[in-house]
Amino acid sequence: MLSKRIIPCLLLDGRGLVKTLRFQSPKYIGDPINAVKIFNEKFVDEIIFLDISAARQGKEPNFNFIGEIASECFIPFCYGGGIRTIEAAKKLFSIGVEKIAVNSAAIQNPELIKQLAEHFGSQSIVAAMDIKKNWLGKYLVMKNLGRGKTSHHPIEYAQMMQNLGAGELFVNSIDSDGVMEGFDINILRELSDSVSIPVTACGGAGSLEHIKKLLEESRVSAAACGSLFVFKGKHRAVLINYPSRENIKSILEN
Amino acid sequence: MIIVLDCGIGNTGSVVNMIRKIGVEAIASSDPLDLEKADKLILPGVGKFDHAMKQLQELDLIAPLHNLVLKSRKPILGICLGIQLFTRKSEEGILPGLGWIDAQSVRFNFADLGKDLKVPHMGWNSVTPSRNKEMFPQIDNELRYYFVHSYHVVCNDEQDILARTHYGYDFVSAIQKDNIWGVQFHPEKSHRYGMEFLRAFIERDNIVK
Repeated sequence: MLSKRIIPCLLLDGRGLVKTLRFQSPKYIGDPINAVKIFNEKFVDEIIFLDISAARQGKEPNFNFIGEIASECFIPFCYGGGIRTIEAAKKLFSIGVEKIAVNSAAIQNPELIKQLAEHFGSQSIVAAMDIKKNWLGKYLVMKNLGRGKTSHHPIEYAQMMQNLGAGELFVNSIDSDGVMEGFDINILRELSDSVSIPVTACGGAGSLEHIKKLLEESRVSAAACGSLFVFKGKHRAVLINYPSRENIKSILEN
Repeated sequence: MIIVLDCGIGNTGSVVNMIRKIGVEAIASSDPLDLEKADKLILPGVGKFDHAMKQLQELDLIAPLHNLVLKSRKPILGICLGIQLFTRKSEEGILPGLGWIDAQSVRFNFADLGKDLKVPHMGWNSVTPSRNKEMFPQIDNELRYYFVHSYHVVCNDEQDILARTHYGYDFVSAIQKDNIWGVQFHPEKSHRYGMEFLRAFIERDNIVK
């Protein structure tokens, strides 16, 4: 049987690993290479790296550094940040990245998703979106790392991405980022019901119970977690961790 | 030495990394002279069927590959799209495949089952080998590999099937015929399970019939 996935989602800022709170105030938490080695030893299902500096500064992905990370990674590796061209995607695949997540560039030019899918197949193209609830309780897709609004509703945007050829959706809830009080299940349920491709949800995981609830109460295929797997305890001490196989089995089986 | 075919269609970097981790020399190349010198070949693939066949054509690799695989019987392992390229054709494209295995590649279709499963089939799933079980050693009472694909192989000859996996229905997740091996999953990304599979492929005696 296909297992639902539980994925560490790590943020890169330059060559450092950071963690944000509602997309703000990135806190330095350590060395990415070291983190990937630890997660690799813990046999995590998959790993996602998002470079927030590449996105913010309009830079290309840092290929050499991503290659260094990939060479330590014997599990599926998804990278996002600064991918705007077919050439950049090609380089990433050749250095050991399996899936690429495209966010800002797809908002500016949705056709890019189509071109990428034509070249590399849908299965390696992840459409990433940051969503936020406005004061009327309506969700919108945000741009520029949550600083600007788009006119897209998440459902409409998700379906557009699917129709253009994305093979997976990565949905990051800005309001829940780093808060560790549970996923935004309602919108995630609606989103995963509205597309036929797998949805990975990020933002809000504070415990295994939160993950269990998300995976049971929606058709979301994967739970991505930041804070949960890099912090320990009330004071958010940095400690790379991941549940044991037994614990994962216990939450995935009913 | 293992040559990982580099035709711009695969995650060659990951495959080379994993083989080096096992402690075996591997390089990525598309030079027919390198292919000839290799002990074994690996053809990884991600992407679209026709695009991959075109790449093989443009690099003038089709004739050398037919020669090495069918005449010299050099062992080859196809991964993901690689296994699909070994078949005669695919629903994903119009170009013929390499045709080494009497099989075709089809898209996951659950319409007849009344099921509504997500496609691509993405994530960790178990594998049930029908033979050559030494290639698939269990670890901690489990056997699981990472999959990410929308199409799968349908064999016309039952004998060619090495293993099956269940997603909506049972599909072929590994094949073997003479020196030709193929897996739908990604051993290079299936940590210790994948490492054991690749090790078994690399270390086993060449089957030359």
